[in-house]
Amino acid sequence: MLQKRLTNSLPPSNMMEPSMSATLSIGPIEQIPPGEGRNFVIAEQEIAVFRTHADEIFATQPYCPHRNGPLADGLVGDRRVVCPLHDRTFDLRNGQEIGGNCSSLKTFKVSLTEAKNIMIFL
Amino acid sequence: MVKQRLVVIGNGMAGARAVEEVLARGGADRFDIVMFGDEVYGNYNRIMLSNLLNGTQAVDDIMINPLNWYAENNIRLHAGEMVDAIDRGAKVVQSRNGIRAHYDKLLIATGSRAFIPPMAGAYLGEGRLKPGVFGYRTIDDCTAIVDYAKTSKVAVTIGGGLLGLEAARAMTVLGCESHVVHLAGHLLEMQLDTTGGGILRKAMEAMGIQVHVKKLTSEVRGADKVEGLTFKDQSSLDCDMVIVAAGIRPNSEIGVRAGLTVERAIVVDNHMRSVDDPDVYVVGECAQHRGRVYGLVAPLWDQGKVFADHITEKNKSSVYLGSKLATKLKVMGIELASMGATEASEDRDEVVQYIEPKKGMYKKIIVRDARLVGSILMGDISKAAYLMQAFDRDSPLPEERLSLLFDLGTPNSKITFDEMPADAQICNCNGVTKAAIGACVTAGKRSTSAVMDATRAGKGCGSCKALVKEAVEWFCGGDVQEDPSVHYYVPSIPLNKTELIKAVRERGLKSVSSVFAALADGIEDAASKPALASLLITLWNSDYIDERDARFINDRVHGNIQKDGTFSVVPEMPGGVCTPAELKRIADAAVKFNVPLVKVTGGQRIDLVGVKKEDLPGIWTEIGMPAGYAWGKSYRTCKACIGTDFCRFGLGDSMGLALKIERRFRGIDSPGKLKLATAGCPRNCSEALIKDVGVVAIGDGKWELYVGGAGGAHVRKGDLLCVVDSEEAALLYSGRFMQYYRENAKYKERTYTFLERVGIERIRAVVVDDSDGIAAELDAAMKRSTDATYDPWKEAHAPKTANQFASAIEHDGA
Repeated sequence: MLQKRLTNSLPPSNMMEPSMSATLSIGPIEQIPPGEGRNFVIAEQEIAVFRTHADEIFATQPYCPHRNGPLADGLVGDRRVVCPLHDRTFDLRNGQEIGGNCSSLKTFKVSLTEAKNIMIFL
Repeated sequence: MVKQRLVVIGNGMAGARAVEEVLARGGADRFDIVMFGDEVYGNYNRIMLSNLLNGTQAVDDIMINPLNWYAENNIRLHAGEMVDAIDRGAKVVQSRNGIRAHYDKLLIATGSRAFIPPMAGAYLGEGRLKPGVFGYRTIDDCTAIVDYAKTSKVAVTIGGGLLGLEAARAMTVLGCESHVVHLAGHLLEMQLDTTGGGILRKAMEAMGIQVHVKKLTSEVRGADKVEGLTFKDQSSLDCDMVIVAAGIRPNSEIGVRAGLTVERAIVVDNHMRSVDDPDVYVVGECAQHRGRVYGLVAPLWDQGKVFADHITEKNKSSVYLGSKLATKLKVMGIELASMGATEASEDRDEVVQYIEPKKGMYKKIIVRDARLVGSILMGDISKAAYLMQAFDRDSPLPEERLSLLFDLGTPNSKITFDEMPADAQICNCNGVTKAAIGACVTAGKRSTSAVMDATRAGKGCGSCKALVKEAVEWFCGGDVQEDPSVHYYVPSIPLNKTELIKAVRERGLKSVSSVFAALADGIEDAASKPALASLLITLWNSDYIDERDARFINDRVHGNIQKDGTFSVVPEMPGGVCTPAELKRIADAAVKFNVPLVKVTGGQRIDLVGVKKEDLPGIWTEIGMPAGYAWGKSYRTCKACIGTDFCRFGLGDSMGLALKIERRFRGIDSPGKLKLATAGCPRNCSEALIKDVGVVAIGDGKWELYVGGAGGAHVRKGDLLCVVDSEEAALLYSGRFMQYYRENAKYKERTYTFLERVGIERIRAVVVDDSDGIAAELDAAMKRSTDATYDPWKEAHAPKTANQFASAIEHDGA
């Protein structure tokens, strides 16, 4: 597994050059422990990917719109993620914040192959 | 629409106000209004009559509705016309002077008159009071009193109620020697208890008014004018003037003559309608509702509104349900507020009072089932608004009684929501104002937890939660919904902590996911995970199945997350002591990893702040010290002063004990942070008195154990749990207290809240006296926990989960 040290000061994804729509593999599901999230850098874009205990996969923008909390470090459950900094809670399916105190997260379409590789649609 | 005619008998405060309410509901389109009043004036404020007496106001000043108001509103007023007959069959009223008026709807608001108690010699002839004897009820009464006082020397007021005291005070201003004669044992017996009445009496006497209680006047002496009073006990008092303020009698005779049901006054239903005639309404002091007749203005306002709602059909279901009497007034320069009961009447009633007779200050509250059932405030009525609201709305009172009586001026002081401006911030962490909470309640959120979820109030540091709860209760006006989940250990599983522990033990649930599967239909509530993890660790210790996703990020990577997503690194440093070699390694690690901030913490440790997640394993390795647990809901650290080693005052080895405490308890999880300290003498340089557990040397090898102290969002001095005579005993009782707390506190409930909830007596009984016979089991459970702890920084070399310390995983997407 290739790991690279990254700071949290990557430019937000919307400042990236627009890329073609693409389906990319980010490797086996085991890279993410059940019930947690991890950040991936895919095609120069940082994305938070979450795995539930039931092996559902979700992908969102990596940082909370409120104060840039690292969402992959949040608590995950019931298809939601709770930001670790100030407890903003988002629905992983559509990115909406529960309670409407915050703008929504950008979400990405993901799927699992039969071999349990994570595919992400950019 | 053909207009109906509304006739109003009585042009006092009740009648005129009721008509105002009708007009406010567009009643002028519906009714032609005709009013009859005994007095030749418009409607005036009877409460201000004492100002007429003492000369501070003139008749015009106390007018509420001058005569031109009636003309402007197309109301036909027959002033000075007393109605003495109602023909309900023909629907006609007739005045004593023969003026007749037909009505479709009739309002009787004849009020009441001064009651002249039976006294020999009060009257000269048929219904004519002896010169020098005055009622005290109308403008004309006042004019006559002022006039007569010019030639009088000694004036006696009969009646020590509200009106009587005002009259007595006015008589001193009018230049008379003033006496008050009162039948009851103390003044203002409707509003005050004996103590309050006594304080008031002293204040009156200081103003030169002589007070005579328990006096029943039997005779007014004097042949053709007043010369004195004789009392039932044969004592007497010479005077040349008598003002009778001995209560009022409802003017309900007109109801009797009209064939309406009259008991103490004319009986009405909840729409303020006579129980006998749907076209006849009654409001004010001549109305009897649910057995009660009111003599204060506040009920009149409420009755007038209900009457107007009903008669204009603006709201046919509007009902009057009775009034709870509360008064705020200034008697003889003494500010006074009174509501409800003046004395406790049931065993369960709780009376809290403060008396400072010299200053004329007296405060008393009577609490029943956490509700205010009565209060007296004298001298300082700054809390009156809050208490009157709590009384009126029957809202639950906060546990803290002292702040109900005083504005304590500390950060903890309760704010009265009446006085709090709308933009005042209640939750400082999340910037939630009083107005925002109000809007949320108005929008239908009627429980504290629902408001907290919707506004985020109370979800920062949590120190304002109690205030948020009070604000919600205040806005709900007693109609707050109890959210049953406040009693659950976690909101998603309907069990309290005891029930949950039982279920977890019975089913052998050792992981958080198994708890969700067994008890929550498999729904994994993210916010509940850390609370469940904490509980399971405490129960199962080394048998706990550690699913890291259940832990907050701090407990996954063993550091405290910072605002930029980096972490802090705090090595263990018991009592703030480390070796020079350790200090060098810390410094070297900070240099090597380019740590942006090195800071000494409040817990006497060194904090390397701003470390990237992926650098954590490396920096821990470089430092080569155990983790300091500076991130979790767990035992944190034990501070110490320098103790006996060098300090010339030291009585006990505080640094040595701190080391033993830390070595024993480090790493145990708990419902909230556990911050400890040891002090080598009672000077408390290590602040042991404001710690969750503080141990203070007092000499001869003895230590005092304080528990439940706090010096953070909340400040509280710890309670003395016990005095022990060895370090080992200090460790034992500290551990037993912490275990009892771990097993019984709610998640995130700090020891200071837990202690106040449970009570130090109960905790001392269990922990020190072993009242429940569980001491040995508590000790054993604590031993299992301490045996199961490990240094989590060893995960630097043996990660627990995949990519545990990766900030991001780079992938080429191939």
